[in-house]
Amino acid sequence: MSVRVYVPRDTTALSLGADTIASRLEREATARGQPITLVRNGSRGLSWLEPLVEVDTPIGRFAYGPVAPGDVTALLDSGLLEGSVSHPLAQGPTEEIDYLARQQRLTFARIGITDPLSIEDYRAHNGFCGLEAALQREPQDIVEEVKASGLRGRGGAAFPTGIKWQTVLDTPADQKYIVCNADEGDSGTFADRLVMECDPYMLIEGMAIAGLAVGATQGYIYLRSEYPLAKEILDEAIRRAEQAGYLGDDLRDSGRAFHLEVRLGAGAYICGEETSLLESLEGKRGLVRFKPPLPAIEGLFGRPTVVNNVLSLAAVPFILAEGAEAYASHGMGRSRGTLALQLAGNVRRGGLVELAFGTTLRTLMEAFGGGTASGRTLRAVQVGGPLCAYLPESQWDMPLDYETFAEVGAGVGHGGVVMFDDSVDMAEQARFSMEFCKVESCGKCTPCRIGSTRGVEVIDRIRANDNREANLALLSDLCETMVDGSLCAMGGMTPFPVQSALKHFSEDFQRTANGDRS
Amino acid sequence: MNHSQEWAPQAIQAEVDALKHKPGALLPILHALQDRIGFIPEAAVPIIADALHQTRAEVHGVISFYHHFRTTPPGRHVVQICRAEACQSVGARQLEAHAKARLGVDYHQTTADREITLEAVYCLGNCACGPSIRVDDSVRGRVTPEAFDELIDELQTRPLEVMG
Repeated sequence: MSVRVYVPRDTTALSLGADTIASRLEREATARGQPITLVRNGSRGLSWLEPLVEVDTPIGRFAYGPVAPGDVTALLDSGLLEGSVSHPLAQGPTEEIDYLARQQRLTFARIGITDPLSIEDYRAHNGFCGLEAALQREPQDIVEEVKASGLRGRGGAAFPTGIKWQTVLDTPADQKYIVCNADEGDSGTFADRLVMECDPYMLIEGMAIAGLAVGATQGYIYLRSEYPLAKEILDEAIRRAEQAGYLGDDLRDSGRAFHLEVRLGAGAYICGEETSLLESLEGKRGLVRFKPPLPAIEGLFGRPTVVNNVLSLAAVPFILAEGAEAYASHGMGRSRGTLALQLAGNVRRGGLVELAFGTTLRTLMEAFGGGTASGRTLRAVQVGGPLCAYLPESQWDMPLDYETFAEVGAGVGHGGVVMFDDSVDMAEQARFSMEFCKVESCGKCTPCRIGSTRGVEVIDRIRANDNREANLALLSDLCETMVDGSLCAMGGMTPFPVQSALKHFSEDFQRTANGDRS
Repeated sequence: MNHSQEWAPQAIQAEVDALKHKPGALLPILHALQDRIGFIPEAAVPIIADALHQTRAEVHGVISFYHHFRTTPPGRHVVQICRAEACQSVGARQLEAHAKARLGVDYHQTTADREITLEAVYCLGNCACGPSIRVDDSVRGRVTPEAFDELIDELQTRPLEVMG
């Protein structure tokens, strides 16, 4: 019997040569008279070890990584097909890799283990148990289960998911919608992508459960156009789920319907804001809407709509299959369950780290991340995306929890953790925050549209030492105006990274743009 | 990306007709046209407007709102460089400067030989393995200036292989 060898096909593995590795492995193993069964699995989320090749052995899967195409011959020579651990890239049994073993994988329990498109694999790993359970229950019952889990919106706003569902359930309409916000535009975040590329049926299942819970028969996944591979995988997964009766007019012979379609965004960051996203889905410019009315009452095409992030919907199958308590037993305070943290930027061991709420940034960046990739001193970390604060070392020991972070004006956001070493110029980073807002503002409200442009100009003057003190005061004032006067989080939160840079890294604003760091 | 220059009104009309029944059909139509033609030709605007019962101004407004849609033909390959924070922290600014110098173009421009269009992108979701770039539909990670040069050489020599 031929040995099963796994080579991931998620974007990260592919970006580092996984396809070449896969074809070389097949060719060279065949040439040695040991043909292999190649499985293109998802990623385990251990980005620092990608491409992570795994081999099935009688005592479980053994890992090798990070493999470069040029390593294939030597790996085969060293006995890769027998699970030998003599090669320097050998990591031993995959499940025992410390980085993975120390995580609490509830949502990401399957990623990297299965072939993402195999429904058989999905079912063999508890897939569709949540949907089967939901089909036996009343809509209100399903909503109660999600409420009891304590699940809060993982896109960043942290609004209780069950409450949102209740509003949609309670609003009568001829048509309701489930919209998945898959416009994962925050730098440092890739957990949504991992769900869609590595475990797409989990998202499909979560959306179907949401449909049953609120009485919606149509779902849309609004996916950013920067993720072409996720589009390809989701389209195929939806096709197969329809064939297997997990989507369509009659879910598993229940007589209940749920249809799903992927819609591509078009490179507008603002469309990650839920009302702008709905405008875009309707075929319009992605201009932010005034609230109220809430999308839960008047959403897509004016109908009641659940808009949830990928990770919120992906958490739902577990909650329905294992019960709310199994989820809520993790976490701290009002932050229940697990958080998918993504270690990114200048980090030695970057990747996905799913942990219960309550861990500290320092644990994450040191015990998991292993410090900076450059080997230099870690100086600043931006948690939660481009609209969240830069945190200095004095704030790395707070527990990761929505309330604790909010108290110091920081955000957990979508769980992205971007690390910077001491070569970073925080005035340059502050300028970038304003520049990004200038590029991506939808233009509807003045503080965001004009404020961001003025913000770039003022920071340029500060860095050029042009009337510096007066311009620093002006920048503070501008930030306040944007926070208080903007229509949505784009203009309202862009000042957070700027203000945090001013507060914690003020020395960087006292040098000229090209000045040397002493 | 190897788009033909066929954008006869009939071809545009066929793409529009295939999708106009969808709720919120405008973005799917624009994607279909750009995937087929490489850009949204001006001639498409009145055809789309007519099919969706919208004004030309509304259609134009949508095309110009989204960074992804282009109204002029791109080069044979589109290279996007990630400018976002995670990539900045591992040298994206240097890579960006190197790329512009190597290609002799700025963002949104195409090399004189029509081979490569350079674009900025804000995050490709490959944030633990930056700096990242996207070449047409494939993402590359940990791109050093040297790796970028090799890639560009590869892209620019491909037509000879095809002709051989």
